[in-house]
Amino acid sequence: MARITLDGIGHAYGPRPGGPADYALQPLDLVWEQGLAYALLGPSGCGKTTLLNIISGLVQPSHGRLLFDGTDVTHLPTERRNIAQVFQFPVIYDTMTVAGNLAFPLRNRGMDRAGIVQQVARTAAMLGLTEVLDRPARNLSADAKQKISLGRGLVRQDVAAVLFDEPLTVIDPGLKWELRSKLKAVHRALDLLMIYVTHDQTEALTFADQVVVMEGGQVLQVGTPAELFERPDHTFVGHFIGSPGMNLLPAEVSGMEARVDGHALPLAGRYAPLDAGRIEVGVRPDFVALTDGPGLPVQVDRIDDLGRVRLARVRLGRHRMVATVPPDAVVSGSEARVRIDPARIHVYADSRRVAPL
Amino acid sequence: MKPYDNRAWLLVLPVFAVVLFSAVLPLMTVVNYSVQDSFGNNQFFWNGMGWFRELLDPSSELGGRFLAALGRNLVFSGIILAIEVPLGILVALCMPRRGWRLAVVMVVMALPLLVPWNVVGTIWQVFARADIGLFGAAVNGLGIDYNYAGNATAAWFTVIIMDVWHWTSLIALLCYAGLRAIPDAYYQAARIDGAGRWAVFRNIELPKLKRVLVIGVLLRFIDSFMIYTEPFVVTGGGPGNATTFLSIDLVKLALGQFDLGKAAAMSLVYNMMTLLVCWVFFTAMTQLDAARERVE
Repeated sequence: MARITLDGIGHAYGPRPGGPADYALQPLDLVWEQGLAYALLGPSGCGKTTLLNIISGLVQPSHGRLLFDGTDVTHLPTERRNIAQVFQFPVIYDTMTVAGNLAFPLRNRGMDRAGIVQQVARTAAMLGLTEVLDRPARNLSADAKQKISLGRGLVRQDVAAVLFDEPLTVIDPGLKWELRSKLKAVHRALDLLMIYVTHDQTEALTFADQVVVMEGGQVLQVGTPAELFERPDHTFVGHFIGSPGMNLLPAEVSGMEARVDGHALPLAGRYAPLDAGRIEVGVRPDFVALTDGPGLPVQVDRIDDLGRVRLARVRLGRHRMVATVPPDAVVSGSEARVRIDPARIHVYADSRRVAPL
Repeated sequence: MKPYDNRAWLLVLPVFAVVLFSAVLPLMTVVNYSVQDSFGNNQFFWNGMGWFRELLDPSSELGGRFLAALGRNLVFSGIILAIEVPLGILVALCMPRRGWRLAVVMVVMALPLLVPWNVVGTIWQVFARADIGLFGAAVNGLGIDYNYAGNATAAWFTVIIMDVWHWTSLIALLCYAGLRAIPDAYYQAARIDGAGRWAVFRNIELPKLKRVLVIGVLLRFIDSFMIYTEPFVVTGGGPGNATTFLSIDLVKLALGQFDLGKAAAMSLVYNMMTLLVCWVFFTAMTQLDAARERVE
């Protein structure tokens, strides 16, 4: 039971970091609240695993302080931090039964036998492992092994946070959903702080209350899945989240209008004159619709039928973008028009979102 | 083209010829000797299974001698395994994981493995000598009476220390490779689970080392069961018969007494025992693997 505070936590390899390039993790401030599920989302090498390992104590941060409920734990060893971690590949103790695996952390902490039996039974029941308690752990499937890894964390009642490092990597696709809903159920039942590292946006968005999007050692945005979808703070977030990602078009913005390669796009808000840096407008394909009515003229390159939805690859002037084809629309020829919802257009200066006045 | 052509056998013929001359003919010569009694002047007399019966009867002279040497061999193998396996594991656990230290340690450990057997024997014969050997003189200087040429315990001690010096590195290097194959996540999980050093060894490292240890024990058992050169150079099988192992006794019988028939029978039985042990190990290992595969 804890809230985790990252106070200027950063990590650089090498003794004297010069520029941002020397940091695996740029110094950052974050507060993670008790009872919520967070996802650290980003491509490989973005620093998310480093951040996770700093919390679990496997990596000592070169900068900043880590607080669990206000107590400084920056230099405490892993075993005294009361965290549980589930790794990418299932880690189980081969020679033990499932029950032995679950009891292991308790035995190491010198709990009495009756207490161990009771805790193991409770945890096994929660994870659906009761049937296999007496089986050797090595005989089980990968998803059961991941449940055992999780169970070894959950048997301890003092556990402050559960960390997941891409736990579904080796699970069969069909079982991923099941295991993920198990994780969510456990989260609801136990009111624990959970931190989940992944590069899969579906996993992150379906699992977490709050998603932390990272790239190049930086936290770009922290928000609910809806916020990340509707109002990305950074072009990377717009592009990385959503399938396909946000359309980004170089533009000139003045007042309530953006000009993209000579075409005028009305905006929902008024913007201060932007002349410094690279200005782009971003809009998700979901809010760009092919239409028969009035709209911007585009060239249609290709229509992709994804079954549930049809996407049109189009060009607005010189710039490529993706638009949604309404279910009843008939596309003929390469000329078409698109309608863009002005309220869904965001303006970015040097990749950062600019708020309207 | 015909998919099946008997002329392909011609391609295998050279191999058959080599095996014939290198293995089958010498072995059959030994089989031939084992059923005959030899006298000078190349005279041979048919003796049937006589030598084998005598060999396996401990009350006869030949049988008693064989059993005693076999016993020494088994005790020797048991002792060196009991020392080299735990010691090798311990060394592997203490080895550095990377950097120049690892390179230095690897080279130093590989050195004994690269020394030829008879040179190992010679090194220890001199090193352990009571009068001029560094080790032998030092032990005597401590007030302990140590002379491998005259005292059976000292001779055994020397032969065992020599084998440990020569071969512990092998076990250590095998175990080191096994340890390096354990993913870091296991150690991290163990830290999170609050496991102490012993618990990590007992529950993670030892189970993962099982396979390399089986191979290591097999190699060391077979090798020590056939040991000849090193004790022969150091003690010559003495004092008395104290360090006369099977192979040393075999040479005494064949080349010392020129009892070709007895020696041939003994070498066949000796060979059978080695093969039997190999077969048992091999079966055990493949079944272990099969059981593991069924599981995964």
